[in-house]
Amino acid sequence: MIREISVETVADAVCELCIQANHFLSTDMRNALARAAEQESNPLASRILGQLEENLQIAAEESIPICQDTGMAVVFLKIGQDVHFFDGDLTEAVNEGVRRGYTEGFLRKSVVGDPLLRQNTGDNTPAVLHCSIVPGNQVEITVAPKGFGSENMSRIFMLKPADGTEGVKEAIVQTVAEAGPNACPPLVVGVGIGGTFEKAALLAKEALTRETGAPSALPHIRALETELLERINALQIGPAGLGGNATALAVHINTYATHIAGLPLAVNLCCHVNRHAGCVL
Amino acid sequence: MEKHIRLPLTQEDIAGLRAGDYVYLTGELYTARDAAHKRMAETLDAGGTLPFEIAGQTIYYMGPSPARQGHVIGSAGPTTSSRMDKYTPRLLDLGMKGMVGKGRRSSEVIAAMCRNQAVYFAAVGGAGALLSKCIKKTETVAYEDLGTEAIRRLTVEEFPVIVVIDAAGTDLYGNPPC
Repeated sequence: MIREISVETVADAVCELCIQANHFLSTDMRNALARAAEQESNPLASRILGQLEENLQIAAEESIPICQDTGMAVVFLKIGQDVHFFDGDLTEAVNEGVRRGYTEGFLRKSVVGDPLLRQNTGDNTPAVLHCSIVPGNQVEITVAPKGFGSENMSRIFMLKPADGTEGVKEAIVQTVAEAGPNACPPLVVGVGIGGTFEKAALLAKEALTRETGAPSALPHIRALETELLERINALQIGPAGLGGNATALAVHINTYATHIAGLPLAVNLCCHVNRHAGCVL
Repeated sequence: MEKHIRLPLTQEDIAGLRAGDYVYLTGELYTARDAAHKRMAETLDAGGTLPFEIAGQTIYYMGPSPARQGHVIGSAGPTTSSRMDKYTPRLLDLGMKGMVGKGRRSSEVIAAMCRNQAVYFAAVGGAGALLSKCIKKTETVAYEDLGTEAIRRLTVEEFPVIVVIDAAGTDLYGNPPC
């Protein structure tokens, strides 16, 4: 049975999710930060984690964005194959939602229309939109505003099959070490292994939207996530990069089939303001 | 060590600051980030003068979110300083004395800091709501067309920062000193 959904409903939802994600950090992220604060033994690191907690409170109570970099709006739509959109262009509706959310929500407009000419578009559009078609008649929307302090420190590697698991581990730890203080630790480390060049990057981005600290369903990947989190925290980069245990809150790894000749690896770092808000229409 | 310092920085202040000191700044900061630095460099290349007297001043690498009604400013935390590294030694040679940002600096910047006796502070990245509470006044100084990237003069009170690189080149993030 085909379900009719107006694209205006999508625009309204995207608008609201942009504002929500930038003012209220999700419960899973808040819990992960609270756990990090409990386990921190470095006094300066504890002080910084305390400031981050206070920052979240002020943001929520006074409607001030958690971070001034309110990001480029990354929007995931999982569209049920029995849905029919009407009332206009779906992509334009998503951009309309971003435009309204960033204007009405007093969010920073951080997007330039051309990467070389660099004129600010003035309304934070366009969004980066990822659509997938799934069974059913619902639409699942996730808005994940992405700041560029951590985006700039993210890396992609086209490893060889001979590099294997060891090569993957080295590249991930190296990426975090090189990012150091720049990516605003404590981080969430999103990893994509497999697929093609662009698939690996998308897997890594999606991994950031997973409930923070929730393990992979695959036993060998779960073990890898645990080992990498320990190795990354042993780097002692710490909150704000000034030393301490809390370098990363979680490592999330998503995998996909790949080619006999390749081992693509993408590492998408996210700062402690790992924003994601979602709803189902 | 914890210190309270009034801006602009004096030579005595600078000489007394060590990497690792926790400092509360009160006074005036100038904001500038990528686009403003590029424009200042173009102005200097063309033989022009900067839109404010940079000698003795401290630049905060920050582009705020818009202020709601009744607020002085929106969220106002630091951006990554290394993107300004290309432009920074020249500004230090013109007399800039302090920088507030986050993350590592290049060896060229550190050398210019030692040469000119300047300090680099970090504010906590991602704490923009908290930091906004220390900003009491803002005024656009130049490049208004750049929106969030315009140059602003901020009046701050007890603005919390950490000395990351001092005037001797000691770097809390671990680069070797000058």
